[in-house]
Amino acid sequence: MKQLIELTINNRVYEVPVSPKDLLADVIRDKVGLTGTKKGCGQGDCGACTVLIDGNPVLSCLTLAIACQGRKITTIEGLVAEDGQLHPIQQAYVDHGAVQCGFCTPGMILTSKALLDRNPKPSEEEIKRGISGNICRCTGYKKIVEAIFAAGETISTEGVK
Amino acid sequence: MNKDFTQVGRSVPRKDGPLKVKGEAIYTGDMVLPRMAYGKIKRSPYAHAIIKKIDYSKALEMPGVLAVVTGDEAPKKWGIVPQTANEVALAVGKVRFYNEGVAAVAAIDEETAEAALDLIEVEYEPLPVLTDPFESMKRANEVCIHEDAPDNILHAGDQLFGDPDKAFAECTYVLEREFHTSYVNHAFLEPHTSLASYDTQSGQLQLWSSTQVPHYLHTQLSIVLEMPMSKIRVTVPAVGGGFGGKGEASPADFCAALLSRKIGRPVRVAFERSEVFATNKGRHPCHMKMKIGLDKDGYIQAVDFDNTLDGGAYAGWGIVVMFYTASMIHLPYKVPNARANVRRVYTNKPTCGAMRGLGGVQPRYAMECMLDEMAEMIGISPYELKMKNAVESGYRSVSNLHVPHTEYRKCLQTAAERSGYLEKHGKLPFGKGIGLAGGYYISGTAYTLYQSYKPHTTVLIRVDTEGGATVHCAAADIGQGCNTVMAQMAAEALGIRYEDVHVVSGDTELGTFDLGSFASRLTYASGVAIKDAAKQINDKLFEVAAGMVGCRADQLEVKDCRFYSKFEPKKTIEWAKVVDVYTNSVGTLTGLGHFSPPRLKGIDLTRGKRVQGANIGHSPTFGFSCQIWEVDVDLETGKIRVDKVTEAGDCGQAVNPMSVDGQVEGSILFAMGQALYEEMKVAPDGKIINASLHDYKVPTAMELPEIDTTIVDSYDPTAPFGVKESGEGPVQPTIPAITNAIYDAIGVRFTDLPITPEKVLKALKEKQENQKSEGR
Repeated sequence: MKQLIELTINNRVYEVPVSPKDLLADVIRDKVGLTGTKKGCGQGDCGACTVLIDGNPVLSCLTLAIACQGRKITTIEGLVAEDGQLHPIQQAYVDHGAVQCGFCTPGMILTSKALLDRNPKPSEEEIKRGISGNICRCTGYKKIVEAIFAAGETISTEGVK
Repeated sequence: MNKDFTQVGRSVPRKDGPLKVKGEAIYTGDMVLPRMAYGKIKRSPYAHAIIKKIDYSKALEMPGVLAVVTGDEAPKKWGIVPQTANEVALAVGKVRFYNEGVAAVAAIDEETAEAALDLIEVEYEPLPVLTDPFESMKRANEVCIHEDAPDNILHAGDQLFGDPDKAFAECTYVLEREFHTSYVNHAFLEPHTSLASYDTQSGQLQLWSSTQVPHYLHTQLSIVLEMPMSKIRVTVPAVGGGFGGKGEASPADFCAALLSRKIGRPVRVAFERSEVFATNKGRHPCHMKMKIGLDKDGYIQAVDFDNTLDGGAYAGWGIVVMFYTASMIHLPYKVPNARANVRRVYTNKPTCGAMRGLGGVQPRYAMECMLDEMAEMIGISPYELKMKNAVESGYRSVSNLHVPHTEYRKCLQTAAERSGYLEKHGKLPFGKGIGLAGGYYISGTAYTLYQSYKPHTTVLIRVDTEGGATVHCAAADIGQGCNTVMAQMAAEALGIRYEDVHVVSGDTELGTFDLGSFASRLTYASGVAIKDAAKQINDKLFEVAAGMVGCRADQLEVKDCRFYSKFEPKKTIEWAKVVDVYTNSVGTLTGLGHFSPPRLKGIDLTRGKRVQGANIGHSPTFGFSCQIWEVDVDLETGKIRVDKVTEAGDCGQAVNPMSVDGQVEGSILFAMGQALYEEMKVAPDGKIINASLHDYKVPTAMELPEIDTTIVDSYDPTAPFGVKESGEGPVQPTIPAITNAIYDAIGVRFTDLPITPEKVLKALKEKQENQKSEGR
């Protein structure tokens, strides 16, 4: 039985019909139409579906949509500034070559954001641990670590516009 | 002799970077078309069984179900290698591996399609399951997997070059070893996804697919659907990685197309992760015997190679991979005499196929580990042995592989110097070790898979006031960045900026012909075609520019978006102004360039006789590299920690150095997975018991060691812009370099993969017991 719920995604309220077993990843992608959130395994193993809920990284393929009412959901589409500028983390990923196929990228960037929000100057070890739940098969992670490190520097010196 | 490039050699961010970080890049699974239906595949619970009956009447009665197809409706056999094509869209009469597709459903939503699968009744008569290639060959008279292969062997090849027996008899040092590699999957992040839209009125099909090979997919669709290629258009949206696993058609493609044609509306089929493992096409487990003979001075005189490849259920890329393993023993060292006896065997497992560095990784593991051991026999450093035997520019192997250019020695030297290999090797405390290995790979193939002599790549460059410069080519950017690299090369050749070049790729209708993204071929192949096309553009623009600045056309050059007189640099005019004048008087300007690889015979040079399969492995040029790994083995837990990797690679002139580094770093972690963690586990009944990214362990960021990479100074004068491959060569040295480092650490040579903590502990225990029994 479907019911209408309200989900707050990227500061906008969406009314969506969901059944109690509908997963957040599917609702975000198929019903809200924000396809930047990716599904690589559907089992919570790869991290591609990561979104932020109240600032914390969450695997949206293991999260029931119905349980997210009244919470603040951020997807990759919510990171770009209102004037179209990239978030410093997004910019760093582009500049440092941390993107190849791009399928892990949205989840990886949101995980990076949660990490830098908690700890703007993480050590290499802290970065590695922070993103260890997100699989990237292309880059070998080195440029991702470098990008996160550089983004942390930018955010702590210049802030986020 | 590097050229004075401005656009080639620049580390520019990739063209699709911003879209990808914004989550706006569109992958096949992100697309929704009006009236789109969802397809799901019913899979076999047996690894080997006769299909006695399929009854899908109940499924069709279910509300929301639109159609069901079975194998009988599309019985034409397809295969990436036409000579061995033996796959079907859905099983016909028999299943040969666990989870093979037997029927496909289209429904109004995914849930309904999924539910309908349970209503399809399939009656099976189970057959004995063969999961081991040696058992498969032994029991072939009793259990036959394919009717046309009574010995359960797809193909066997015997190659002889020179006189290895005579050479071995004269060798001072001879070593023989056995190696076994594991059953691994690409584990790209985006599962195969396909969206087909058939227009019943025009009979035209468009298929969007996460493929590496739009052209080969196009040909296979034409066979299975029994439709002319001209009625099919293949489009490649953003692709979430491939590594070879999307290097042939997928059942997702066929099922989407068949269902769409049946119901006249779009159908999307997106695989689950378990289906990615079920359809596999990953690296062949190889059971190898290798024998190497050196003369008294340490020069290789002969190599004897015997390889049994576990191919799984169908042919796939099998015969090609098999002959590649035979070819790969001929480089990067001079081998005057060689023999290879290879066979690819059918088993009731998901089929093996192409995986990053195909055919090279397994024999490289054997050869680099054995040369490490032989250096110890002689009492010299493995570095010295490898430097001594390394090939030089212009080398021609006994199998007629021609190496126009190599900086392999520079790779060995650079990695050794930067890591301090010579100072550390053999001198680190017990538990710590350093290991060296080299490798090489092709930069494209010399042949199409279907024996055609047509150009492998065609590039159309269009120049006009509407688009500036646009490169059209049906190449597939699967994340490796070919669109960026093609734009850089086109900008270089046209004398404009990379940022101003548009690339239209990944579409068989909008793009000109290209074979696909495999065999590390695109940079070289598209480079030749781009140069050719750009020259035609330049020739015409030079004439117009000459008139505009007042000099002769042959006195002009173009760079930094301007035409200049070479002799009077003040005579100059903007590129865009010349294009404007040309377009306004003549119209759109186009240049069409082609690439056809050089052809060499696969022969035994000592006899001048053709050798079957010996042209596989021929390439216009080759990339080379060296890796040195430093490991720390935990003697209590057997866990191997990698402290540092030092890499030096010869990729010719790097078009985009940042992108090359990305390929190298990605390769290092990719191959490290196979060396230390990854293996698909198969139960005796053929079921894969770890078909998830939870149980199949790929490296995470926690496994990332310190990585030091160097692009060695290199320029292949025979190549466009001096380029070579960089996407598959760097996986070659990884496994043997780790294995050699572990030997240096604990004195144990591992000959089967992955090298798990359990194996390390067992080996340490055996070593201890042996030492005790020897009374030490």
